[in-house]
Amino acid sequence: MFYRETGQFKTTYAADQQIFPIRQDRIGMLLLLAVAFVGIPLFASEYWFTAILLPFLIFALAALGLNILTGYAGQLSLGSAAFMAVGAYAAYNFQVRIDGMPVLVSFLLAGLTAAAVGILFGLPSLRIKGFYLAVATLAAQFFIVWCLTKFPYLSNDSSSGVISLPGITILGFAFDTPRSTYLLVLTLVLLLALAAKNLVRSTTGRAWMAVRDMDVAAEVIGIRLMHTKLLAFAVSSFYCGVAGALYAFCYLGSVEPDGFSLDMSFKILFMIIVGGVGSILGSFLGAAFILLLPIFLDISLPAAASMLHLPFDNATVSHIQLMVFGALIMFFLVVEPHGLARLWQIAKEKLRLWPFPH
Amino acid sequence: MSFFFEVLIGGLLAGVMYSMVALGFVLIYKASGVLNFAQGAMVYLAALSVVGCMEKGAPLWLAIILAFAIMTAFGIATEKFVLRKMVNQPPIALFMATIGLSFFIEGLAPMLFGNDVRPLDIGLVDEPIPAILDAFNIVVSRFDLAAAGIAALLVVVLALFFQYTRVGRALRAVADDHQAALSIGIPLQHIWALVWTVAGFVALVSGMLWGARNGVQFALTFTALKALPVLILGGFTSVPGAIVGGLIIGASEKLAEIYIPPVMQSMFDGNFGGIEGWFPYVMALLFLLVRPEGLFGEKHIDRV
Repeated sequence: MFYRETGQFKTTYAADQQIFPIRQDRIGMLLLLAVAFVGIPLFASEYWFTAILLPFLIFALAALGLNILTGYAGQLSLGSAAFMAVGAYAAYNFQVRIDGMPVLVSFLLAGLTAAAVGILFGLPSLRIKGFYLAVATLAAQFFIVWCLTKFPYLSNDSSSGVISLPGITILGFAFDTPRSTYLLVLTLVLLLALAAKNLVRSTTGRAWMAVRDMDVAAEVIGIRLMHTKLLAFAVSSFYCGVAGALYAFCYLGSVEPDGFSLDMSFKILFMIIVGGVGSILGSFLGAAFILLLPIFLDISLPAAASMLHLPFDNATVSHIQLMVFGALIMFFLVVEPHGLARLWQIAKEKLRLWPFPH
Repeated sequence: MSFFFEVLIGGLLAGVMYSMVALGFVLIYKASGVLNFAQGAMVYLAALSVVGCMEKGAPLWLAIILAFAIMTAFGIATEKFVLRKMVNQPPIALFMATIGLSFFIEGLAPMLFGNDVRPLDIGLVDEPIPAILDAFNIVVSRFDLAAAGIAALLVVVLALFFQYTRVGRALRAVADDHQAALSIGIPLQHIWALVWTVAGFVALVSGMLWGARNGVQFALTFTALKALPVLILGGFTSVPGAIVGGLIIGASEKLAEIYIPPVMQSMFDGNFGGIEGWFPYVMALLFLLVRPEGLFGEKHIDRV
């Protein structure tokens, strides 16, 4: 009844090509932004900022990066956490080694460094694909984390590679409260998400999708495979790198290489599976789902156990968490391979006809 | 020089242990085109089942039979609830499903049998063989040698099973071409359940050997990560590839661990141990650049 595009005419190409062509979508998006920028900072507590909102935004950005590579360009990567680590350590080094380096510039340079490393580990994708490539990206995961642990230069000679990040000050304003940090991260993530959304509907994005669907056919119609695949690796690693820098600077404040483990890579992969492979919105939905689920289980399982008088200890809760994670992944892959984003799309389709089905 | 040979032999024998895990991958990949990431978790589940049953008072032989029953039930359940519903999905989706499966097992197994580290005694001791020590001054572990023997036996049994039994022939037919196999009346779903059971059996054998060596613990799931470079080196579809790949990876990994860090230390400052984690991967990766289908893998031809 409310969600209908009848009567909305497009009279210019620009209007036809906008990201949200339906007026209701635009209004919804503006409301969402208003809530994110005004509502949440006004009402959310410190716990919400530090435990839920910051990790959500940062992991959504990392998932976005992986989604560009896996969802759009079709190259499965199991090393996203390693590229986050590259970003975190690069940003740290730019900050520490160059006096007066603006934080935002060091984030940007961190992303570029991660992109360079991404291209390096993307090179095998020119020769190998599918599972062989997925296993090859594991090489990046293990090698990068090892390098960060073993080369003291990279962590400025701290023991076992632990780095403590300086606070963030931009143009004299110190981002030292959770609220201001949240606003900074939110702005950066939204800008990058907007860029990604535009990128995947451009020529580049279409080339990625052609390579994903069938690379030989893509090559035949004149898409430069090497260029396209390496660009996907670079852009994806750039996003992961910035996410890693934000993770270190804005969320944790102190990180060690082993924190960027294979488990974290899997977590990011799960985000895009649950959220939706090949969907920008899906990266956000998936990140929210995967981050909120353990919190939900942590709260609900002991409560359920005490209600049913079952002897639950912490170990059991973590085992059940693993099982629920695994089962959910299989469930989503079996029932809805396109994830939450697809469910949202179906809901919108239904809404257009509601309440009159004809 | 005898030190070099000692490291080499130790590496080769360790490689055999990797090969056994890799074998489980190859079996499932051949028959269903699924790269089963959960193989490491299956090794863990199998070893934990044996230990768990023994703790409840079962003798070793009974525990093994019970563990095999558990692995069989698990294989059938996987086929019924996951694989059957994912027919016609891209192989990458199936691979991701097996990652989910491995998380599921990693939660389930310790819930059933507890998650503390436990020893598993299968009657083999990890000590040097005196005869070889006397003759060549080389330490060769009795345990490793026995493990290699068991692995060789396993490969021979599997090879005979694949070559000369009716079921084995059906398995090879399915591996060759799903559709053609279906059309001559081979029940695909039974075959898949069966091949997961066989992979469960391989996981049981390797789980017992790894468990007896390092204790039954969560770290057994990481055997999958050791087996993956073996696989890409040997080719996903080849049983001999898994064996040869395992030997190459095992030997080169141990040699690299001894000889590379000192070289790096002389070039840079710092301590560069622990390269075992990534060295096999980087080696396999460099190898792939030369031969993208692995040592014994089938050459893949793309058609539009």
